[in-house]
Amino acid sequence: MANSTSKTSMETEEYKQIANRMEPKRPLGMNCLKAFLVGGFICVIGQLIQMFYMMTFNFNEHTVADPTVATLIFIAVLLTGFGVYDKFSQFSGGGTIVPVTGFANAMSATAIEYRSEGYVLGVGGNMFKLAGSVIVFGTVAAFVIGIIYAIVTQQWEGM
Amino acid sequence: MFTGQQSWAYPTYPCILSSGVVTGPFEAKGPLRDTFDKVYDDLYIGENTFEKAQKVLMEEACQQALQKAGKSTTDVSFLFGGDLINQDTGTSFAARTINAPYYGLFGACSTSMEALSLAAQAVDQGAPLVLAGTASHYAAIEKQFRYPVEYGAQRPPTAQRTVTAGGAALVAPNGSDVVVTKSTIGKVVDHGIKDPYNMGGAMAPAAVDTILAHFNDFQVDERDYDLIITGDLGNLGRSLALEWFRQKEHPMPEAKFQDCGLLIYDDAPEAMSGASGTGCSAAVVFGKVLNDLKNGRLQRVLAVATGALLSPLTYQQQESIPCIAHAVTLETKGGLS
Repeated sequence: MANSTSKTSMETEEYKQIANRMEPKRPLGMNCLKAFLVGGFICVIGQLIQMFYMMTFNFNEHTVADPTVATLIFIAVLLTGFGVYDKFSQFSGGGTIVPVTGFANAMSATAIEYRSEGYVLGVGGNMFKLAGSVIVFGTVAAFVIGIIYAIVTQQWEGM
Repeated sequence: MFTGQQSWAYPTYPCILSSGVVTGPFEAKGPLRDTFDKVYDDLYIGENTFEKAQKVLMEEACQQALQKAGKSTTDVSFLFGGDLINQDTGTSFAARTINAPYYGLFGACSTSMEALSLAAQAVDQGAPLVLAGTASHYAAIEKQFRYPVEYGAQRPPTAQRTVTAGGAALVAPNGSDVVVTKSTIGKVVDHGIKDPYNMGGAMAPAAVDTILAHFNDFQVDERDYDLIITGDLGNLGRSLALEWFRQKEHPMPEAKFQDCGLLIYDDAPEAMSGASGTGCSAAVVFGKVLNDLKNGRLQRVLAVATGALLSPLTYQQQESIPCIAHAVTLETKGGLS
């Protein structure tokens, strides 16, 4: 028994090495470049929307953020519903996940997926399944950074 | 008849009377379109949930097989089947419609050959008409194991696409030239792969283990087979299996060693490393492979369905992926040795 166990673990090690060696490498450099370009392009669209709102309606630099983000979210949700957002994402990876559009996609994709389990237990109960993590850790990170910010600015003011 | 360490021989030569294969729209775009009995052009298949759609795939695959043999559900003595939805509901709900005595199985994507092995055994023991089948549905299984279908997560090149298909075979004591002669039941093999986006890599050693056990139990080798076809190893899994055969000092000729997961989609980029799902091996073996046996293009085939026995819970708990493979020998009566 002891013999067969050590033989299996040797095989496991050997196999893991072969599997590691043969696994096609993820195109990290290319993925980063695509993410950078597509992510940047989304931000350019955001900027254009922002300028449009400022020129057309009575928004200033502080108040224009809300309608701009709302418009981007609306577009992302629409594209998710049409079933094309995930196809862009397969191409651009982080470029479509990191901006606010990615958050909208995570929420709406989950809502669509669990619609078959009803509005309360399905849509309501599952909508934050993926996006919940972003909110939790986003809040924690904001809290930590907020404290650091407070300490640093206090010290400077004291000097 | 129990043979060797882990195999059955079927001395009465149970035959595959007929089979049924139904698929979704994406599979119909692939090269095996002509081997499917029925193709649905909508993923929902007229139902309001994907889970119900998968149930219909199973029901319809069984109906197609019964129709071709001129039988009805009341003639069926046993139904062997299973799937990947929680608690096997996809198959159990179909069994409610088919209304035959039912064995619910779970072998992940190895279910097709697990069911066929048991069906042949039942016929060998005197059952007059036995159904073996399974189905999987792209959207239902993605929901079960991965992210929502519309979620924009980038898949790595090792990812595989779940097949939307149902496949069933009707096994009887006689009435057809294609017979089930042997089967080898696999052990659970785990060589430490943890990445749920690399199922092929996780399953490859299980396939190799079962094939070598089969050779050993029956004192045969690849020269006795026209084709050895694995279930859903995909590109990486197949290459790893070939390499693992070499490591085990039993090199396998590449041309003879095919994979259902690579045949069904051809080179479709959406399929990444290949196809997967319980319906993958069922659709190819009960479709194309059986056709080729009937037409005499093949004489003897070893169908090896491979299954990854993980759940979303186990990989979130960082467990490695235990895998299994079951092998069934299909031959033509003319080619019987």
